[in-house]
Amino acid sequence: MIFYILRRILYAIPIAFGVSIVCFSLVYIAPGDPLQTVMPPDATAETIEIVKHAYGFDKPIPMQYLIWLGHLLTGDFGMSISTRRPVILEVTDALANTALLAVFAVPISFITGYAMGVIAGCFPGRWLDRLVTGTAVIGVSLPNYWLGIVLVVFFAVEYALLPATGMGPSGSTNFHILEWSSARYLVLPVFTLAMIPIGILARTTRAAVAEVRNQDFVQTLRAKGLSEGAVIRHVLKNSLPQVMAVMGLQFGYLLGGSILVETVFTWPGSGFLLSKAIINRDVPVLQGTILTLSLIFVATNLVVDLLQSLVDPRIRRA
Amino acid sequence: MSDIAIDKPLETVDEQAVPATQVRGYWRSVVYRLRHDPATLFFTAILLLIVLAAIFAPLIAPFDAYKDSVVARLKPIGWRDHLLGTDELGRDMLSRLIYGGRVSLMMGVVPVLIASLVGGLLGVVGGFAGGRINTAIMRAMDVFYAFPSVLLAVAVAGAMGGGMGNGMLALTLVFIPPMCRVAETATTQVRSLDYIEAARATGASTITIIRYHVLGNVLGPVFVYASSLVSVSILLASGLSFLGLGVRPPTADWGLMLSTLRQSIYVVPFVCALPGAAIFITSISFNLVSDGLRAAMDVRM
Repeated sequence: MIFYILRRILYAIPIAFGVSIVCFSLVYIAPGDPLQTVMPPDATAETIEIVKHAYGFDKPIPMQYLIWLGHLLTGDFGMSISTRRPVILEVTDALANTALLAVFAVPISFITGYAMGVIAGCFPGRWLDRLVTGTAVIGVSLPNYWLGIVLVVFFAVEYALLPATGMGPSGSTNFHILEWSSARYLVLPVFTLAMIPIGILARTTRAAVAEVRNQDFVQTLRAKGLSEGAVIRHVLKNSLPQVMAVMGLQFGYLLGGSILVETVFTWPGSGFLLSKAIINRDVPVLQGTILTLSLIFVATNLVVDLLQSLVDPRIRRA
Repeated sequence: MSDIAIDKPLETVDEQAVPATQVRGYWRSVVYRLRHDPATLFFTAILLLIVLAAIFAPLIAPFDAYKDSVVARLKPIGWRDHLLGTDELGRDMLSRLIYGGRVSLMMGVVPVLIASLVGGLLGVVGGFAGGRINTAIMRAMDVFYAFPSVLLAVAVAGAMGGGMGNGMLALTLVFIPPMCRVAETATTQVRSLDYIEAARATGASTITIIRYHVLGNVLGPVFVYASSLVSVSILLASGLSFLGLGVRPPTADWGLMLSTLRQSIYVVPFVCALPGAAIFITSISFNLVSDGLRAAMDVRM
């Protein structure tokens, strides 16, 4: 077991490096000079040279990568071009706001999606299954940014029950999760965000449960005289690894924040930061945000893999 | 197609769907099952309608999709001759939705097609070659797997400065790794089967083996998976346009229309909801048709 954990952790390291290379190269797939958009059009060649030197753009690209990586390892993600604040602060502030959404969206979507999938998987072909499968397919096909807009029209414009966008008058500094005056800003974005994971989880769980139910050992359990409840317990345990893999992916998706949902609700999270960075062509923030979110995603997948191997020892040998 | 069907291990005829006395070829049983699946047929018909409307847009669109009018701005559904109202520049919504289907469908389908070709090829080569080549390909794919898909698409499209071509390129990049994995899994599964060994023993070249004995087993899963990706691709593509990273105004595109109409949501809420509804209907149709295909082709993933 320890060997497996070590191997799995070692395996995540080259992936993390690969991710950093992709993030680094984002600057160079952009058309034109990375500095072009930041510099005023009438800047003299001399000024451009100075700025180039200051940002290290005059060095060879592999050198630039190593310097950039070195800075990353010491927690220096560079400075935002548009706000002049350290990127790391921008990213952590935004992540905290996104985490606020995720804290609610994760349990809501996981419990709902899993419960729906189990119910559907236990009664394949029945009306309950059809209802769940239908709802799930709607969940994965809905453009969630559109759902967000429709919800705003309904709850904020027509009935004025909930605020349309933002985090309240004082922003994230004065946000108290336990007070309804703050928490009500969470309702619509959390619901919108949870929709897709609910659909995906319900579908995966249903498929996994239905598949395990068809295996021979379930027949044996019934033949042994186990009650239906006990049989279902066995089925659920055996379908768990598959479900956990998908939960891990969705956890990463929710933690990364949906850039679309956060844009619709102007929620100052990591997705919103990313879209601002793209509009302002703020490359350090773009790189920093994507790198942080992807590393979180890598770490989540690592944890899920380890958890899976706890639930199902067969995975360890693979 | 007949020689492909012969060595199909997926040809486990579903006993419930096809009586045991009837012996059919693989594709005939697929068609048989599809024909007895009303839901899939219904949504296939809807998809056909959407595609035909997009292809013949100039013939069926009631108005010029790009002709604006100052007096006819933001009119509700059914105003004068404008069946679905007008947008913020007074352009006919129905015509724009029909034309928008062209861009949205193309941005949904083209990246998946290219990714199936590139990813499928990489997967088959890796799976068949095995060893270091396979490890190298799959590890490279793992790096791209480490990015949440929306994030990767947005990052690449954003870094490249947006636009329709860049958007499609970004989406293609997102779909290559999963496509590659599906093809690799299918190839690895058949590679060790006896009949491949037999083919090799009879002197078949690697190319021949891949062409006649491997591809037939990979095409099914790749095709079914690709069909399920189209719905994701349409959602992502509209999302990119919504963020301003896809097509540029004044091009009619569902995602972009949704984004520009968002400001007018208090004036004509229903008209503003239309592009989203178009995305939703197309996406759910692709999803359900893909589900039907998967069941009919009996592909497990």
